[in-house]
Amino acid sequence: MGPQRVNRLRVANETLDGHVIVVGGGPAGLSAAIELRRAGVDRVTVVERERELGGIPRHTDHLGFGIRDQHRVLSGPDYARRLRSATERAGVQARTATTVVHISGSGVELADGSTVAANAVVLATGVRERPRSARLIPGDRPAGVYTTGTVQQLTTLHGLPVGRCAVIVGAEHVSFSAIWSLRHAGCTPVAMVTSLPRHQSTPLLRHATATRHRVPLLTGVAIASIEGRGRVSAVVLTDGRRLSCDTVVFTGDWVPDHELAYRAGMAITQGARSPAVTAGFATSVPGVFAAGNLVHPAEAADMCALDGRAAARSVAAWLNHGGLGPGVWPADVRPIEVEPPITWASFDAGGLTLRVGEFCTARVQVSMNGQVLTTSRIRRLVPNRAIVVRRGVERSAEHQGVLRVRLVDLRVVDLRLVD
Amino acid sequence: MTVGALEQADEFVHDVAVIGAGVVGCAVARLLTIQGASVVVLECSGDVGAATSKANTAILHTGFDATPGSVEARLVARGYELLCTYAPSVGVSIEETGALLIAWDDAQLASLNGVQVKAAANGYDRTEVIDAAEVRSLEPHVGPGALGGLLVPDEHIIDPWSTPIAFATEANANGAVFVLNFAVDTVSVGAEVTTLRSADQRRVVARFVVNCAGLHGDTVHRMFGFSGFSIRPRRGELIVFDKLARPLLSRTILPVPTPTTKGVLVAPTVFGNVMLGPTADDIDDRAATGTTRAGLDDLLMKGSRILPDLLDHEVTAVYAGLRAASEHSDYQLSAHADARYVCLGGIRSTGLTASMALAEHAQSLLSGIGHDSSANEARELVAVRLTPLGDADDRPYRNGGRIVCHCERVTEGEIVDACTGPLPATNVDGLRRRTRALAGRCQGFYCFAEICSLTTWDPSA
Repeated sequence: MGPQRVNRLRVANETLDGHVIVVGGGPAGLSAAIELRRAGVDRVTVVERERELGGIPRHTDHLGFGIRDQHRVLSGPDYARRLRSATERAGVQARTATTVVHISGSGVELADGSTVAANAVVLATGVRERPRSARLIPGDRPAGVYTTGTVQQLTTLHGLPVGRCAVIVGAEHVSFSAIWSLRHAGCTPVAMVTSLPRHQSTPLLRHATATRHRVPLLTGVAIASIEGRGRVSAVVLTDGRRLSCDTVVFTGDWVPDHELAYRAGMAITQGARSPAVTAGFATSVPGVFAAGNLVHPAEAADMCALDGRAAARSVAAWLNHGGLGPGVWPADVRPIEVEPPITWASFDAGGLTLRVGEFCTARVQVSMNGQVLTTSRIRRLVPNRAIVVRRGVERSAEHQGVLRVRLVDLRVVDLRLVD
Repeated sequence: MTVGALEQADEFVHDVAVIGAGVVGCAVARLLTIQGASVVVLECSGDVGAATSKANTAILHTGFDATPGSVEARLVARGYELLCTYAPSVGVSIEETGALLIAWDDAQLASLNGVQVKAAANGYDRTEVIDAAEVRSLEPHVGPGALGGLLVPDEHIIDPWSTPIAFATEANANGAVFVLNFAVDTVSVGAEVTTLRSADQRRVVARFVVNCAGLHGDTVHRMFGFSGFSIRPRRGELIVFDKLARPLLSRTILPVPTPTTKGVLVAPTVFGNVMLGPTADDIDDRAATGTTRAGLDDLLMKGSRILPDLLDHEVTAVYAGLRAASEHSDYQLSAHADARYVCLGGIRSTGLTASMALAEHAQSLLSGIGHDSSANEARELVAVRLTPLGDADDRPYRNGGRIVCHCERVTEGEIVDACTGPLPATNVDGLRRRTRALAGRCQGFYCFAEICSLTTWDPSA
């Protein structure tokens, strides 16, 4: 059957023969799986290496989940539960405590060497925070050095203590989440440290945290070394200050869990270390889609869920168009080109998403094959925060050619004038 | 903590007390035990192989670049032979990678022939000088400017963590007693027996004593009334890169040794990573296993020349080890009949390779001062088999075990076994060396909490 140029799904009560495997049971993966079933895909399997579906929200015990996808405000664990039951109701097969070691457009290989065939694979393996070692922080190697994810798993999933007093490295959204989790676990946050000149969260979150927890925010300074034999005793800052603590929490600085993508030989967006995708979440490997924080490290869970749904519609369309043989796969899927201070650009469910390395104001300009598609109004751009281009990038969905994002009318923000 | 039956009655006299449960002490304990001696091992830390033996480059040395005629050269060559046979039999992974010395300037290029002659003088004649084109075809990712190289096809890599644990497990299974957290504080050499006391007044009595105390070897040596060497710890910092970097090289890439240092190498590890290091800094503090900004920057600078693409990869781990070097270039091995005492001191980074030969040597030194192993009755030996940790080996996750540490694919069964065996892991570091759990790219983001829950270790301690 030849490719058809009809861009619609079959009605839901008709089924699409075929099997789609979703690798990763977090917000993106589960939302993709549910949507695939809604789109009429006959067989959908989520493979999750943890014993329980739900991903990171399982252990992020504060409110703020589900706004854009569920249209309500939930806690992380509640949000994960909701996704789990929706997955079950949708008739998705779940294989938990199962590790995928290799993927291709025709299926996956599991840790025990067995293979499972599929007509398409959706990679939704998520992100983690860069650990101390990968940030090359020298010093002793004592116990008590964590990431936010570890702290939240210890406290929320296992009810275990963390330490008495902690230094938080980073000042982005998740860093504030770490403070709330530490407080909840009876651990006093000593200070929050960022090498950037200002925090990168919302003023509301920063002030709420400052008022409630009185945590000093030290800007423009990095961790020079960690001290402690046995347990952490202090961190030394690059300006020579020494902060006594028994715990250090490295927050943010996201790195995707991209091993399967790299090993499958996918085109990679270098600045993000993510698989490059089209606006429809197709990777450079035919039959393999990627969605969620794997392709944009990192955004909130509800955005990942919307990604998952959008990717699912793409998968269904592809299965529909191409029958169950190789369909029309976008030619030459490649990373979006960027110019500093943009560090990377990728797609999410709403359009283009990018990150910058410094505080600035600028217009974001997107071009395709040298032709400008859109130039935004002047915007304030904050490092470690999602910068999205929602309008004017529709044509990039075809992704036929070289996409490029740059900043024009760039001004570095004088941070003495703000907050 | 005591592992095995330590007869606490004061009159119980062991044949041999081994001071230090590093790779050398464990090898000595294993050999003496299987020959029938009653052996007690005193370790000042809380685990075997937890100090110098855990932080090295994990190279299985042929000894091609040792000083010809030295004790070290002889024992490294013999140890290589013994370990190559022993390791596979107990589940210690070896990967036969070979090594390549690369010359980056004319002086280094000119010295390759000299290195080859030296290797031959050490009894190793399988080196081969190759030109720049061959270097490039064998290792296409090395940086520009490689002028030529010397192939050392038998310079392999080994699992450095499992080696002392295998020796200790086998020794223990056959009767050796391990007393942990026992730092020898005083030594009394009597007419028949020697009494070793810790600061908290625990005591162990033995007829013979073997000093394998590594970084504290000179201190123990002085307790017996001897001098002749001082330990000068030489710190080596190492960076371990992500497994995704492993395809960048197929063998260990060595620098051409200079009179002052062996230099910085890039080596694959049996765990599937790539290691860059070590630095070499002489320091005074025998516990200073911290890394430094200067050291890491220096490694990155050197690494970017040797294998430029390596630096594009994520770093998995960073650590430093202390080599128990002395002011002498050779090992400091001696036997003292009056004190019924043998010293294995000043053993540098080659100690892992030489460990089994050092054990043979200790055994013959002990015989020379009156320890008679033939007096012991023959008995059935208990065989030991560890679960191999090498990526090339058949690991439990392939047979359906539930994976807890995802980065290193360590199963729940392996973690439970490591914490319940005869020489159990009692902390995260011990678990990491026994299973690889927590040693991977996420450094515990995904599994630390579950491991604390499984092991009931307190993460706030």
